Amino acid sequence: MSVQDQPAAATSARTYADYSAPLWKRVLLTRETAVIALTIAVIVYATINVENFDGPLTMKFLLQDIAPILLIALPMTLIIITGEIDLSVASIMGLSSVLLGVFHDGGMSIPVAAVLALLAGLACGALNGFLIAYVGLPSLAVTIGTLALFRGIAVGLLGTTAITEFTDSWADLATDTIGESRIPLVMIPFVVLAVAFSVLLHFSTFGRGIYEIGLNDEAAHFTGVDVARTKFILFVLSGVVSAFAGIYFTLRYGSARGDNATGYELQVIAAVLLGGVSIFGGRGRMHGVLAGVVLIGVISSALRLESVTVNVTNIIVGLLLVASVILPSVLGWAGSRLPRKASADPQGPRPDKDAATAGV
Amino acid sequence: MKFQNRRTTALAALALTATFAFAGCGSDDSGDSGSDSGGDGGGALSMTMLPKNLGNPYFDTSTKGAKAAADELGAELEEVGPETASPDAQVSYINTVAQQGQDALILSANDPEALCDAIDEARSADVKVVTFDADTNPECRDLFVNQATAEGIASKQLELISEQIGGEGEIAILSAAANATNQNAWIDMMEKELADNPDYANIELVDTVYGDDDDQKSFDQTEALLQNHPDLKGIISPTTVGIAAAARYLSDSSSKGKVALTGLGTPNQMREYVENGTVESFALWNPEDLGALATYAAAALANGDISGEEGDSFEAGDLGEFEVGPDATVLLGEPFTFNADNIGDFDF
Amino acid sequence: MSHTDIERPESHESEVSAGEALLVEPSRLSPTRRALTTVLRSRELSIFLVLVAIIVLATVKNDSFLFSSDGWRNFLLNPSILLLLAVGQAVVIITRNVDLSVGSVMALTAYLTGRLFIEQPHLPIVVVIAACLLFGALLGLVNGVLVAYAGVPALVITLGTLYIYRGIMLTWAGSDRINAGDLPREFLRLGTRSVLGVPLLTILALVVLAVVGYYLWTARGGRELYAIGSDPDAAVLYGLPVRRRLLAAFVLSGALAGLAGALYTARYGTVSSSVGLGIELQAVAAAVIGGVAIFGGSGTVWGAAIGAFLLVTINRALPSLGIEDFWQRAVVGALILGAIVLDRVLAARQARKLAESRDHS
Repeated sequence: MSVQDQPAAATSARTYADYSAPLWKRVLLTRETAVIALTIAVIVYATINVENFDGPLTMKFLLQDIAPILLIALPMTLIIITGEIDLSVASIMGLSSVLLGVFHDGGMSIPVAAVLALLAGLACGALNGFLIAYVGLPSLAVTIGTLALFRGIAVGLLGTTAITEFTDSWADLATDTIGESRIPLVMIPFVVLAVAFSVLLHFSTFGRGIYEIGLNDEAAHFTGVDVARTKFILFVLSGVVSAFAGIYFTLRYGSARGDNATGYELQVIAAVLLGGVSIFGGRGRMHGVLAGVVLIGVISSALRLESVTVNVTNIIVGLLLVASVILPSVLGWAGSRLPRKASADPQGPRPDKDAATAGV
Repeated sequence: MKFQNRRTTALAALALTATFAFAGCGSDDSGDSGSDSGGDGGGALSMTMLPKNLGNPYFDTSTKGAKAAADELGAELEEVGPETASPDAQVSYINTVAQQGQDALILSANDPEALCDAIDEARSADVKVVTFDADTNPECRDLFVNQATAEGIASKQLELISEQIGGEGEIAILSAAANATNQNAWIDMMEKELADNPDYANIELVDTVYGDDDDQKSFDQTEALLQNHPDLKGIISPTTVGIAAAARYLSDSSSKGKVALTGLGTPNQMREYVENGTVESFALWNPEDLGALATYAAAALANGDISGEEGDSFEAGDLGEFEVGPDATVLLGEPFTFNADNIGDFDF
Repeated sequence: MSHTDIERPESHESEVSAGEALLVEPSRLSPTRRALTTVLRSRELSIFLVLVAIIVLATVKNDSFLFSSDGWRNFLLNPSILLLLAVGQAVVIITRNVDLSVGSVMALTAYLTGRLFIEQPHLPIVVVIAACLLFGALLGLVNGVLVAYAGVPALVITLGTLYIYRGIMLTWAGSDRINAGDLPREFLRLGTRSVLGVPLLTILALVVLAVVGYYLWTARGGRELYAIGSDPDAAVLYGLPVRRRLLAAFVLSGALAGLAGALYTARYGTVSSSVGLGIELQAVAAAVIGGVAIFGGSGTVWGAAIGAFLLVTINRALPSLGIEDFWQRAVVGALILGAIVLDRVLAARQARKLAESRDHS
């Protein structure tokens, strides 16, 4: 939108458009829309071409498989937007899984053991948060350390044995669906958490603070955002949600083992970055991330039905991840090579600017 | 910004919900297509073989036998499996089999209980489930094809090690995965016999370590065993990956010839170590036969020839006729001892 | 090492006005004294002392930990693979990046070694090792190009290539494994042969360590890596060939991972799909514990090497100390956290000292 030409007199009315681009551009030309469109395209393709993809069990298994990643992607998005990272989520999953098994084996009922596992996740997240937010250590290093520490405690407690006896009623909860539909029960807590996190991120001052910290945490500090407390809370949330995902994982697979969920942190981060969150922080939206998780889940599910080995899925996920982070750089480079549009470069401000500087 | 976010988020939420609904609706309409792939009835049987893990020579051999049997039957057999022998890794493959509506699933279980939920779901999708080599809880599966009785395998191992260490000394066990049903059954039997049998009164079992059917881990665990128990006289490794790794470590170490090694191994992997004196003798059965027998049993179930009741009998090609025993178990035979004299005669 | 000993050239002294004091005084100690203080206060020495303490404790409990022929050999031999990876990782971390794909590169080259020997049983061992080095360097080059030219954080790129390379290896290998029977005798013997009591593989790793360490300490390229890690923006403004150095760092890391793959095959004789799984985090841990700050710009490869020794020895020593070796990862995690907290405390103290001397001047 161009600035109106100014009369020579000092009194002028400058009007600015509300936005730099019309609504349809703002909605459709975003990174998130691209991911959502890709996801829909893959689902359509798979439904048509992959045998048994439209079968009754596919949706159920697909959602059950990606449920832990969906859950953990929620706090991970917030953490990455602030410019930090949490690599210890899978280890917290493993630790809560082991604790659930150990406590249940020791005689406690599953709900009690689950609450204790959640508390352990909270403690783990608090350790991360304390070291990163209050001591000021870099999150990459801290979470690599806690990744090893928490996983080590989990493996240390159980060795390589797995505890596989769980009360049927609770184990069924993890594998059942809502009534007669194909949506697994675990989607209910997920939807509740997804709504909560989306509101937190997009519709609250806490969420605005998160974006600001990601863009420049010094400036955020000076605008009144309590940077340390925000980061601490985020890591605690990450710990609790990871513990919950670990409990779900244990009940769904019926096996509590120190090695459970190894490598899940990479899948979560891959999905979050695929969904348009910038690794540098300050950018990203929840719907893109959820689409990213679904995309990876659908690709894995479809390939598995085609009896393609899981390695090919890994290659595809890796390529998607690399492509998704290089794309902004490539697009930026390509964009800078395009000829600039004449109308976007108004002549108006130039004389003013010179006039302004001339007076100094 | 807030306003823009609200609208965009709302639109996106709508889009995602629509996607899910669309996918859900899609399944509704073509609900009958799920039966297309599985219920061919008169057509070729389609079966899936799911070993404990891929890249394991023992299971490579059993799959070879299974595929040969499938060819003879005119059935389709495909092999899938995880890289590591863990229970949760097998669950996704069982789920996929249920989705694909296969006729039968043949598997060697990584855990007796953890797989039951997934197997039950597969069975309710009309998939016949036959376990071989390592069983699950008998309630979860239709048939179990066992290579030999647990007692027979356990006593054979103890016999071999006792011979080789002169009837007395410390021994240790290098097992596979800590939860594997067959491993634990054999180890329990061995411990029982060590306690009960007066011949083994001077033999002491000092440690049981787990190599997880992973070569490097088994190698490192052997090293640790020798380091932590300097007076060790013998190692029993009832897993083909474990015994091969242990033999390789021993043959390059100062304990070669001083520490006896026996267990369950394949002739091809162990030939070199028998010939260079690291290992005197070990036992096994023929995994090819085991795989073939499991396939014939699965086909018989899927075709309705047998129903898994005790007393049912079925044909297993060249292997002859087999009868179903108690607990819906089919027995292959007795373990066979390999040593320097006969190891050249086999190729698997 | 220590930044407080800045020498000022003589000619500037006369230009210093009376009111403007030097921030730090040139050291008045003799060069030998200075060198001794540097060494004694260094992180590398403290890690080394911890290593010695653990070895002593373990040997006291169990003689054969060190004093049996196998014990000594294993003590030196087992860390050699992690040592190579830790050295490569240290170089990358010094430039303020990280390379998570080394485990997958190692798996690929380990499989390549086996494949080459199966296809061409009479290939000279040197050729195979060179092939692994080159292949690893190529894979590292991919990482380097993406990081240096696309400006994307190395964490993400190497995460992606970790997936991609591992997937390629698994697809290539299928469910095949390389077994000891596929490899020639002499190659396997490389894995256990010793020269003067030191295993051949360890000697190889130590030679690599010495070469890389010397380069980083004395060569211009090496010092520039430290500058790039210390402040990337300043390095660009100063005119350093940042892209070229980053490329070189990743190529080195990849090449060393490639070499590690060949050594792995020689040592273990079997290549299965789980080769190198998780070893990248161990390499980062070894470097961090050894004093290489995760934020770049400081630390040495000697420290990373001692860190690698420490990690592997702890694993072996735990059973002798009465702790089940299942707790190894927990111990490693605690060590990493301790190391970075220590780094932080020291850096804060350093910054405070500099601020004080600035304020008092």
